This record gives sequence, C-alpha cells and structure tokens, in this order.
Amino acid sequence: MANSKKVKKIQITTTINGQEMELLIPPYISLLETLREIVGITGTKEGCNDGNCGACTVTIDRRIVDSCLVLGAEIDGKNVETIEGMATPEGLHPLQQAFLEEAALQCGICTPGFLVASKNLLDKEPNPSEGRIRHWLAGNLCRCTGYDKIVKAVQKASENS
Amino acid sequence: MHPYNYYAPENINDALGLLEKFGSKARCLAGGTDILVQTRGGRFELDAIIDVKNIPELTKVEWTKDHLLVGSAVPCYVLYEDEKVTSQFPGIIDAASLIGGIQIQSRASLGGNLCNASPSADGICPLIVHNTICVIAGPKGSREISVDQFCVSPGKNVLDEGEFLVSLKIPLPNSGFGAAYERFIPRNEMDIAVAAVGSSVVVDGGKITNSKIALAAVGPTPIYAEKASEFLLGKDVSEDNLDQASQIAQDSCSPITDMRGDVEFRKHLIGVLTRRTLDLALERAGGN
Ligand SMILES: Cc1cc2nc3c(=O)[nH]c(=O)nc-3n(C[C@H](O)[C@H](O)[C@H](O)COP(=O)(O)OP(=O)(O)OC[C@H]3O[C@@H](n4cnc5c(N)ncnc54)[C@H](O)[C@@H]3O)c2cc1C
Ligand code: FES
Ligand code: FES
Repeated sequence: MANSKKVKKIQITTTINGQEMELLIPPYISLLETLREIVGITGTKEGCNDGNCGACTVTIDRRIVDSCLVLGAEIDGKNVETIEGMATPEGLHPLQQAFLEEAALQCGICTPGFLVASKNLLDKEPNPSEGRIRHWLAGNLCRCTGYDKIVKAVQKASENS
Repeated sequence: MHPYNYYAPENINDALGLLEKFGSKARCLAGGTDILVQTRGGRFELDAIIDVKNIPELTKVEWTKDHLLVGSAVPCYVLYEDEKVTSQFPGIIDAASLIGGIQIQSRASLGGNLCNASPSADGICPLIVHNTICVIAGPKGSREISVDQFCVSPGKNVLDEGEFLVSLKIPLPNSGFGAAYERFIPRNEMDIAVAAVGSSVVVDGGKITNSKIALAAVGPTPIYAEKASEFLLGKDVSEDNLDQASQIAQDSCSPITDMRGDVEFRKHLIGVLTRRTLDLALERAGGN
C-alpha cells in the first residue's frame, strides 16, 4: 500500500523565528515533525500527538496552534514562532524568568508549550485576570505542578512587564 | 502516519477536479483537528489530502441582504473576535467559543465540525436552531440543503463522493429572535458533551411565534427536537409552557448509556439544558 503510492516531497518557503527558510518535506508530516526532524529544533515537545496536551504549542501568524495538528505543508508562506525564538542573546524572556523563580515546572515537558501560549496571551493582553489565564491555558496539560505555580508565574511576568 | 500527497487548490473547480480524481481516497482538510487525528489513528487510507483553506469562498465571512455566509473552513476565533457576528449571533458564538481550547479554536471550523458529523459535535445544534442552509459544490453543480438534513449517522454526512461543503448560510435574525447553546461536561473546559441543547425562539407580543430546539449527544446525530419545538408555537411565554417544552424534549430523546453518562442522567440533562437555553434565548430575544 504505502510504497505503491507515489508521494512526492514538496518544497515550502516559511519563516521560523524570524528566519526565512526553504524546506523540502514529505507532504504528510506534521508541523511538529517538520520542526523537530527537518529543521532540527527540538524545543517543541510531543506529548499526546492528538491535540489534547498543548506540549507542541507554537504560533502561526501570531496565533497559538497545536503543531501536531498542522501539516508541515500548511506553513508555506507563514510565520512560525517556537520556544527557540523566546529568549534573546541578552537574556531570558520575563516569562521564562518568572517560571524559574516561581518553580513553575518539574519534569519540564509541558513547559515550552505553556511558555509559548502564555507569551501569546501577554502579547495580546498585558494584564489578564487569573481566570483569563486559566481559561487561555486550558489547552495545555501539566502532570506535575498542579497548575497554580504556572498561573502565578504568568501573573508575575505580567506585573513585571 | 501513512504517506499521502497534499494539495491546496485555489478555487472550487480545482478542488472538484481533485475530488473526482482521487474519489474515496481523498479528504478535505479544514482546521485538521478531526481529520489529522483520525488519519493518524488509521481511520482512513488516503492518497490525497485537499487543503481547502486557499479557496476564497471557504474562508470568508460575508454579510448579504438576508444571510450571514460563513465559509466552511472559517476557524472559530474569526467568528468570536468579530464584534458584529458576536452581537448578532450569540447562539453560534456560544458553540464557537467552547470547542476545544484556544489552540484548537485557532484552527477548528464549523464546517469541519458539521462534516465530521459527531453525535456530540457542539457546532451543529446552534446551526440547526438558526435554520442554516448548507451550500454544497459538486460535479453536477451546486446544491443547498437544510443543516438538519446534513448528518446521517455517526461520522457520516449527506455529501456524495466528489462533493464538498462551501459555506453555511445563516439567516439574519429578525426582530424578536434569540438563540442559545449549552452543553454539560464534567470539567470546565476541553471535554466532550454528555448532553447538549440549542434553542431558538421568535417572540412577538409575549407569544412565541417560532421556536427550534436541537439536541446533541443523545442520538446518532445531533437532532432537531420537532415535538418540543412545535409545542411552543403560538404559546405564551410562561414558566409552565417552558417547563412543558423541556419535559417533551427530555421524553422524546433516546440516548444510550456509555462511560460519559447513562440514559436517565442524559435525559435529565436534556430537560435542564432545554429550559436553560430557552431562558437565555428569550432573554436575547428581548422577550424577558
Ligand atoms: C483537543 C480537541 C478538543 C476538541 N474539542 C471539541 C469540542 O469541545 N467540541 C466539538 O464539537 N469538537 C471538538 N473537537 C473536535 C474538532 O475540533 C471539531 O469537530 C472541529 O470543529 C473540526 O473542524 P476542523 O476545521 O478542524 O475540521 P477538519 O478536521 O479539517 O475536518 C473534519 C472532517 O470534515 C471534513 N471536511 C472538512 N472541510 C470540509 C469541506 N469543506 N467539505 C467536505 N468535507 C470537509 C474532513 O475531511 C473531515 O472528515 C476537539 C478536537 C480536539 C483535537
Ligand atoms: S502533542 Fe500536540 S497537543 Fe499534545
Ligand atoms: S512539569 Fe511535568 S508535565 Fe508539567
């Protein structure tokens, strides 16, 4: 079956963390696989691979998506931001700093997804309420922290920025 | 994930050509929040996935004289971030703002929700109670059908091979119209409805001149609750009449028992949610 089919790789032009690139990818792989296996940036994590956990959260044209539920082919001409685009040579992003200070992580697998999602919220709404933060992050699961410390860290970062 | 090719046609004719060429080995891709999960899980063996998001008719929201035309691939957020849509169609927004979390809403469309035809789909009851018309393109031209005829069984819709959904044509609300949708889930977010109800009313001088009630997760597809809806026609807006309609909705549905809830619990929920959504629909209609 699979082998008898002619599946051609496709070429896409995309911008990832501000860098324009041309990629040659199998047409059926996800954006998550494209980032990790083709581009070679592995900060974006796979938890469930079916849209439930948010560990694979990235932004496309400034909106958060689960990269496991996007095809790599779909980012042609689009602007993608991942966790690798968050810190600068000068230092950590205020959210990253706040996550460290508030101990908002344990195993860390969910952290890139939470950071990308939280940054997107604060970029749009600098001072969200606790309820708004919890609602915004409902698509991100964490098995370790119990969420309170994550919410606190986002509140702290929003106060500091 | 098994290998397949990716196509992103830029107009309806090219999409029809691809659907004809690949037949049952092709599927449309809107937001991908159902299809990519299902394909990965081995539900279908595809040769081609057809991304419909480059077709203008499928991605635009347009106001005509009598309708709001929502392209079938328009993601939920586009609807709830549009102030005019939010103020005119709060009953649709009830559903668009509770499908999945924010990541899912960036992608998930009402058209995809409808085509996926899940018994518990949140988008379908609101479309039913708004008397929505589905605009379908196919090899023999285009056709229109009422949304309550669209789903035929779990996961199956009325589209013939080679056809696809172009847009949802939702009549503009007349004065006195109100609608609402509510579901019951054990958590606050990110869950599948145990039972859900959409209701709409048209109120004129204290009387209900039109009403539609639709139920989800209590049958093989979301269903129009005809008896309960018709009971309200011509009736006064009164506690007693609203309670009776809710009781009829509850009695007329035939849910199953599964891990999410048993028959008795689901029926009870339908009664409660019917009353709540009727109350909210009436409030929105300005009849309360
Ligand atoms: C984590 C998670 C949470 C979810 N939560 C909810 C929820 O709360 N409520 C709910 O109802 N659903 C939920 N869903 C299911 C899903 O997100 C919705 O059904 C969504 O609306 C599907 O839209 P889509 O644009 O992503 O569809 P897609 O996945 O792109 O398509 C769905 C189906 O429709 C077909 N299709 C798409 N467009 C067309 C077209 N134009 N013509 C013909 N066929 C077409 C596809 O081939 C596919 O079979 C959830 C899914 C996930 C992963
Ligand atoms: S890996 Fe994408 S949502 Fe879990
Ligand atoms: S820190 Fe382990 S899952 Fe969140």
